[in-house]
Amino acid sequence: MRRIGVFVCWCGSNIAATVDVAAVVADAKVQPGVVFAQDYQYMCSEAGQNIIKDAIKEHQLTGIVVCSCSPRMHEATFRKAAAAAGLNPYMVEIANVREHCSWIHKDKEAGTEKARVLMRAAVAKVMLNVPLKAGESRVVKRALVIGGGIAGIQTALDIADAGFQVDIVEKNATIGGRMAQLDKTFPTLDCSSCILTPKMVEAKASENIRLITYAEVEEVGGFVGDFKVKIRKKARFVKEDVCTGCGLCMAKCPSKKGLNEFNMGLNNRPAIYIPFAQAIPNVAVIDKTQCIKLNTGKCGLCEKVCTAKAIDYTMQDEFIEEEYGAIVMATGFRPIDASKFDEYSYSTCKDVVTSLELERIMNAAGPTGGVLLRPSDGKHPHSVVFVQCVGSRDVSGRGKPYCSKICCMYTAKHAMLIRDKYPDVDVHVFYIDVRTPGKNFDEFYRRAAEQYDVDYIKGQVGKVWEEDGHLVVRGVDLISNEQVILNADMVVLATAIEPDPTARKVANMLTASIDTNDFITEAHPKLRPVESPTAGIFLSGVCQGPKDIPETVSQAGAAASKVIGLLCKDKLTTNPCVARSDELLCNGCSCCEKVCPYGAISYDTHLINDHGVKETRRVALVNEALCQGCGACTVVCPSGAMDLKGFSNKQIMAEVEAICL
Amino acid sequence: MPVNENVNADNGSAAEAQATETKQWKPRIVAFCCNWCSYAGADLAGSSRLSYPAEIKIIRVPCSCRVNPTFILKAFERGADGVIICGCHPGDCHYSTGNYYARRRMALLFSMLDYIGVERGRTRVEWVSAAEGARFSQVMNDFAKKISELGENVKVGDLRCRQ
Ligand SMILES: Cc1cc2nc3c(=O)[nH]c(=O)nc-3n(C[C@H](O)[C@H](O)[C@H](O)COP(=O)(O)OP(=O)(O)OC[C@H]3O[C@@H](n4cnc5c(N)ncnc54)[C@H](O)[C@@H]3O)c2cc1C
Ligand code: SF4
Ligand code: SF4
Ligand code: FES
Repeated sequence: MRRIGVFVCWCGSNIAATVDVAAVVADAKVQPGVVFAQDYQYMCSEAGQNIIKDAIKEHQLTGIVVCSCSPRMHEATFRKAAAAAGLNPYMVEIANVREHCSWIHKDKEAGTEKARVLMRAAVAKVMLNVPLKAGESRVVKRALVIGGGIAGIQTALDIADAGFQVDIVEKNATIGGRMAQLDKTFPTLDCSSCILTPKMVEAKASENIRLITYAEVEEVGGFVGDFKVKIRKKARFVKEDVCTGCGLCMAKCPSKKGLNEFNMGLNNRPAIYIPFAQAIPNVAVIDKTQCIKLNTGKCGLCEKVCTAKAIDYTMQDEFIEEEYGAIVMATGFRPIDASKFDEYSYSTCKDVVTSLELERIMNAAGPTGGVLLRPSDGKHPHSVVFVQCVGSRDVSGRGKPYCSKICCMYTAKHAMLIRDKYPDVDVHVFYIDVRTPGKNFDEFYRRAAEQYDVDYIKGQVGKVWEEDGHLVVRGVDLISNEQVILNADMVVLATAIEPDPTARKVANMLTASIDTNDFITEAHPKLRPVESPTAGIFLSGVCQGPKDIPETVSQAGAAASKVIGLLCKDKLTTNPCVARSDELLCNGCSCCEKVCPYGAISYDTHLINDHGVKETRRVALVNEALCQGCGACTVVCPSGAMDLKGFSNKQIMAEVEAICL
Repeated sequence: MPVNENVNADNGSAAEAQATETKQWKPRIVAFCCNWCSYAGADLAGSSRLSYPAEIKIIRVPCSCRVNPTFILKAFERGADGVIICGCHPGDCHYSTGNYYARRRMALLFSMLDYIGVERGRTRVEWVSAAEGARFSQVMNDFAKKISELGENVKVGDLRCRQ
């Protein structure tokens, strides 16, 4: 026998003004199953909760309905009150008579009628509720950070600082990310390496941080607090713990024609190389596509010269399996391919470079030793034209619809650095808008334009071509509305940035949502900016959206604090509203498994007693810890075996019937 | 327009009862809203005091993909005049892909319903985010208006049982 209690809240006058609360109570009293109904001014107040608790005890209620504000507001409150009175907290249903009723209907009659119907639907539902028990799951006290750029490094340092173990998985041979490639950084113009490398060293030295470089995440299973991750550590062909980073091998390697990725392909590197002088770990790696020994069996020079005996041509990819309580995505970005924009002749003219290439050219450790030289002939340029927004804010489909956010600032930086070092060089910047909404950013840009005399031209560039050994840039000046034709020795394209191409794959493994531009989606754009909607997955850095270093670092700290908050817990409670299949009805068809976004469904053979007939059948099993309770499986199940606790077929049907009565 | 006589086919007290009934007729509309976006959008419409007709009643489901076609058939069998399913915008589903399933499933169901006489206008799928209170109210007003124009629905049922 069900014994239902109905509690109708006035919410002061919020509900009572447009809903006749007494009429709802009177109607509740005549609903089948209802043995008690009462109204009160503030049900959520302590006195209100006591009314509920007392009624549960006094009338031995088996379920309650609270007609009040949205369940998103106070469902938890009333569940707690019920539990305190000894009623299973999942025997509580809320009729949302405020947000969905009293606040939007001015007419009291209509409001009351609707409140009645909502109450009846909730009563019909609660009649079918069953007690549920929230499970507990453990929290593994270790975090995984995917991506070892400044975002990943800072997140890991902060987590490690709080005393938790962190692993950084970095796909490249060294950590550091894009920031390691930069020359100087806006808005203070301090040298990027000088502020980054100490952090890299700190990460390497930290007892709590393990760096897993030249590695990628291969598989992710589990759930918040208890992820199981398989990491592929690619073969370096150099023993990491033995190599001293002396670099002898690099000098002796005869295969020197590999494109130097760190220098954006502006020069070459040997088949065995250390990405850059401050690389962490400072260990060589062999590019297996380029190594003569690995491809033909001949050579083997590096093995001969290595005094530390670190070379191992037989090395295989290794797999690491580890458990984590939380995972942070920090996979960063890359510049888009500028050759898609043919009008700028990037693929045909060597002197048309991207901004990141210019960073390398300007960098003292770069291919030109920091001297600004034209890539085509190594001569000193006399005029440089910058083109902003190459592929950013581009809705044509060729580029990206969003603003890459950092290009206005780094272009101002480049222009200023060139003018500062080479006052004889003319610098022109074509821009659509100059966007400088950061601390000291506008001042920085104005310094470039005013103090350093950089010629800012509002307008777009239509074409760049080569003529008589120099470049010609044709654009339009939108302010004078005239065509501008400039001769230039170099053209620098501020190309849009896009998420790392692996971001989508990684997000899919983590079941983290991703937007149409492949940036990872945050749980709430304002209030939960560093969490993914998937529990236990956090976001740090440019993988979430374009940002500069200061923003990246603050987000990294925020993500770390969320991770620490999670790892501090010993146990997590799990959502009991999960799917369950009835093994008597299940036909083992696998329909449900295919739609489950969390891989929560597996199969097992069970001995079934079907009306006296015993047989072994393949039946679906839901892993309650993995299931998030979306209900996708319940609808595809052709035999009606799969149902969702808390939102069962019968419960929803009962609501439909009550509403359509 | 549905053939109105069908509505009261099993009701002996013919024309005049029907006349008064049509006058008082108020549409019955069921809205299934996913917990993460549209239900929150409806809450926001409420807290922003953006009204829509009281004939619309919301049922909370975890995700738009939880809406079983049988729920909708049941609603029409019980005399609903319109059913609307609201979920997160494509790409925003809390469970990543639920709304894609819902969209495809409902396209199929709605065309079948149309075939058996529940016009296209009576069924709808809309994406409303948690931030779109105004849109929620606007969608509901628009849907209710459409249902009012279509008038009372024919109850879906098994004709063979109607003797
Ligand atoms: C030309 C240019 C100039 C700039 N100048 C400035 C400046 O002056 N001042 C400033 O504040 N900002 C500047 N920036 C922006 C700055 O580079 C970024 O804000 C910063 O690098 C973001 O760091 P991140 O860690 O998020 O990403 P990244 O630096 O991209 O790091 C991501 C890391 O993750 C790794 N990774 C990616 N995918 C995987 C995977 N699947 N598995 C494992 N590892 C993976 C990558 O290899 C990389 O190491 C500039 C950017 C550009 C392009
Ligand atoms: S309810 Fe959703 S998450 Fe749970 S098993 Fe079914 S499809 Fe998977
Ligand atoms: S869809 Fe239904 S019948 Fe098929 S395996 Fe899943 S629970 Fe069993
Ligand atoms: S959760 Fe809103 S549509 Fe899936």
